[in-house]
Amino acid sequence: MADETPKPSELLSKIDYHTPSTHWMDVPVNIRKGMYCYASNPKSVEYLGLPNARAWNPIEEDWKLPENWQQILHEGFKERLEKFRSIKVFMDICVRCGACADKCHFFIGTGDPKNMPVLRAELLRSVYRNDFTLMGKLLGRFAGARPMSLAVLKEWWYYLFQCTECRRCSLYCPYGIDTAEITMFGRELLNLLGLNIDWIATPVANCYRTGNHLGIQPHAFKDMLEFFVDDIEEITGVRVEPNFNKKGADILFITPSGDVFADPGTYTCMGYLMLFHFLKEKYGLDVTWSTYASEGGNFGSFTSHETMKRLNAKMYLEAKRLGVKWILGGECGHMWLVINQYMDTMNGPADFLEVPVNPITGTRFDNAASTKMVHLSEFTADLIKHGKLDLKPERNDNKILTFHDSCNPSRGMGMFDEPRYVIKNVANHFYDMPANTIREHTFCCGSGSGLNAGENMEERMAGGLPRANAVKYVHEKYGVNMLACVCAIDRAALPASMAYWVPGMQVTGVTELVANALVLPGEQERTTDLRGEPLPGMEEADE
Amino acid sequence: MNDKKWIVLGLLIFMALFLSPFLYNVVTGAKAAPMPEVVLTEKAKAAKQCVMPTEFMRTEHMQLLDEWRLKVVRSGLRDFTNTEGKTFNMSLSNTCMDCHSNKADFCDRCHNYASVKPYCWDCHIDNPQGETK
Amino acid sequence: MNKFYLSSLLAVFVLALIAWVGGPSAPWLFGIVLPYLAVILFVYGVARRVMGWSRSAVPFAIPTTGGQQRSMPWIKQNKIDNPSTHLGVFIRMALEILTFRSLFRNTRMKMTHEGRFSYNLEIFLWLGAIAFHYAFLTTLVRHMRFFLEPVPLCIQAIEAVDSFFRFEISYDAIQFGLPGVYISGIVLLAAVVYLFLRRLFIAKVRYISLAQDYFPLFLIMGIAFTGILMRYFTKVDIAAIKELTMSLVTFKALSFKVPQGIGPLFYVHLAFVSTLLIYFPFSKLMHMGGVFLSPTRNLAANTREVRHVNPWNYPVKVHTYEAYENEFRDKMVEAGLPVDKMPEESAEEEKE
Repeated sequence: MADETPKPSELLSKIDYHTPSTHWMDVPVNIRKGMYCYASNPKSVEYLGLPNARAWNPIEEDWKLPENWQQILHEGFKERLEKFRSIKVFMDICVRCGACADKCHFFIGTGDPKNMPVLRAELLRSVYRNDFTLMGKLLGRFAGARPMSLAVLKEWWYYLFQCTECRRCSLYCPYGIDTAEITMFGRELLNLLGLNIDWIATPVANCYRTGNHLGIQPHAFKDMLEFFVDDIEEITGVRVEPNFNKKGADILFITPSGDVFADPGTYTCMGYLMLFHFLKEKYGLDVTWSTYASEGGNFGSFTSHETMKRLNAKMYLEAKRLGVKWILGGECGHMWLVINQYMDTMNGPADFLEVPVNPITGTRFDNAASTKMVHLSEFTADLIKHGKLDLKPERNDNKILTFHDSCNPSRGMGMFDEPRYVIKNVANHFYDMPANTIREHTFCCGSGSGLNAGENMEERMAGGLPRANAVKYVHEKYGVNMLACVCAIDRAALPASMAYWVPGMQVTGVTELVANALVLPGEQERTTDLRGEPLPGMEEADE
Repeated sequence: MNDKKWIVLGLLIFMALFLSPFLYNVVTGAKAAPMPEVVLTEKAKAAKQCVMPTEFMRTEHMQLLDEWRLKVVRSGLRDFTNTEGKTFNMSLSNTCMDCHSNKADFCDRCHNYASVKPYCWDCHIDNPQGETK
Repeated sequence: MNKFYLSSLLAVFVLALIAWVGGPSAPWLFGIVLPYLAVILFVYGVARRVMGWSRSAVPFAIPTTGGQQRSMPWIKQNKIDNPSTHLGVFIRMALEILTFRSLFRNTRMKMTHEGRFSYNLEIFLWLGAIAFHYAFLTTLVRHMRFFLEPVPLCIQAIEAVDSFFRFEISYDAIQFGLPGVYISGIVLLAAVVYLFLRRLFIAKVRYISLAQDYFPLFLIMGIAFTGILMRYFTKVDIAAIKELTMSLVTFKALSFKVPQGIGPLFYVHLAFVSTLLIYFPFSKLMHMGGVFLSPTRNLAANTREVRHVNPWNYPVKVHTYEAYENEFRDKMVEAGLPVDKMPEESAEEEKE
């Protein structure tokens, strides 16, 4: 697979921002290898009880659609126009000013005009005009309308899975038209016909059954964390003891299962374990993990609002069952979009929980008063601000850091200063990327919203280009060698895109940095960081 | 949803603004306000026609005056010959206001009606002949 | 190649021709029926569209957060771009609507030869848009002088400000600038021409443009152009026109004879305006109302603090802990994980 992916120089030279001379409605969709993800496994679709489970292949002519698929789409569209004012307004008011055009990382990385957010939305809008507006019915193509057809459907599928729902375009839109909302809506329609990708459908089915995307069963989940416990003991000499499914604990901790599974997220996961151990030893704070709600991420949100709700429900159900006071959420991107903007509405009110109070500092998290879920970076920043952590930031001195604002915590939440505050207190060398590429202007890693599969490497690398380009800037200017982030998909996706575009750049979670600097009670003198790399000044001792 | 009342309120405000010309006139019971009659002095009536035909004067008088000013001030010319071959002294005070000595009932009526504020009277006195009414 | 703008241009020309010929010969139709019809359709259409939006639910609060959230007191919140209060939302919306704040953020992406990217401030779209909208608004307000008698002082004041810059060209060959030049009209025409040219010459924008993007531009261009033509060049009988407009807004028009001597150009102007009003509710021009209702801007970003209620929230099938434990109980017990029911208990239950 990797050898089929074009080399960076080839990919760069392929980018062509010239628009075709034919009108976009006349440019047929070309579903190209490397730019799409495999179709969903029928077993996963069936397990979830979603429509039209069958084996199908996007590059084949016949997509095995139900006979009345056009009617299903039309009805689905109509129903959602009533259910979502956002869609109705966004369908009506775009003036095609073009402000969003060059904001999308997929457009920047591919030059494909249909990756301009405005055109991505026009793919749907053109059908909306044809089906639901007077002008469209009267004037047809002159009003920008076109009837639904199989070719149009394929175009929808191809380009709705070339959007990572990062919301960058929405920031610049004078009317706040949010392509993420349009993509969520469009994918929901596609799911009515069973047109999902497997990288989303199977994690969703897994998550539904086992509680996490990877399908880790409870005993295995415990085993995996215990591996980390061993590793931590080796490095620090301290044996941490995580709680599982513990009733009556103070706080339930939920993080994406990716952190349990794949490097470098695993080091972040070790960081969580060490931080909670420290808080328990020093302050008696009792944090529990859950095997039932062992997934922070929510690939359901890339499927439909209903599926999102079905998966998310576990968080409150488990918090209620265990009788905790409130929930702490780990480092994840879209998980925090769901928690921050959807969870309370969908599955609340969580009146069985308490307004989150950090028992160690006394800080009341009023901003989470209703949802009762706090972000780990908020929590850690609060601890550091009150001097409750024993830190040796010099242990991170060989890491020259920058911070990647993940799309969802940025434009779906606005968490910018908390993680930066944490990083600056646990490490001494930090440089931000250029202003137009961070904070609310941040670029997606290129693999969000369920697109971090293996078969679409070209798509991912193209989408990751703008982010990588900004990293490269600080890499060359300040010698930055470590890219910090608070998102599990970032930790899974950025190493690949960094190896591709900015060789020599490593990726880390913020809590890994915290744990490196954190002095555990009774620890031995550490010679390595959590990755087993020698600490600054310990290079010789290591040999 | 509780935002519907705000939307309706906003819509009503917008409509009220948009229809304000209608509403204002209906509420104040305004009349149709036909174009004002300009009063011609005896002298103007006797002259029968202005320096140019009435239709022309109605829409183009400002243009004509501008031309006169240009010729008098820049080129020192004084004579204006109209299409019928009659010659006039190009002077607002001495020619125009010789007949139309009633600025308030002649000039101002239309100017006020159309909300036009000519700057003629920044320099020229509006009653050159010192006539009392 | 671009049949979209050519067809729009043609449509506007045909419209102008019809009004030019038809206006003077059927002044009743073009001077009275058409404007009334336009106003009625505009009011009806806009109300219908907005009420249609209002009937749709807002299931989730999805503000786009453009700045630091409210979290702990020592972290400075961006109260406008990430508003947690109604006041903040109000300010955000006011800035959005009055200053086009989001558009002001616009950047332009550029790829240099080495595959490097830069994103620099791109101000011209914002500038063109703001010039266009404010010039249009001023022009609109100025026109109140045709609908009110006597003309209120505030309208006179706006006219005075608008014609503050005295601008005249005075030569034998050309005379321009009387009556006094309104800057808004010139800016309006310039801005609308700019917006058209950028649509035509920026390839990306041309590619996304539809006929319905060009049509209103040409229409407004026509409105501004005929307006300027009537005021400074060909001249029309302004008093006669006001007589007509006053009769329209006082509902005396039906028993009224359209005054003679209104030039055909005025009918073109009026037909353009009427067409714009009729076209408005069915087109993208409804962004005027829609911008108020965009859920990514008009909702508070306090979504973890205050619960947003979804009116159609319905219960969904979830995988309960019980079902989960039933499936994995033995493995959980073996791994030393706590369970709600021991295997013996659940086996007994099954028997019963």
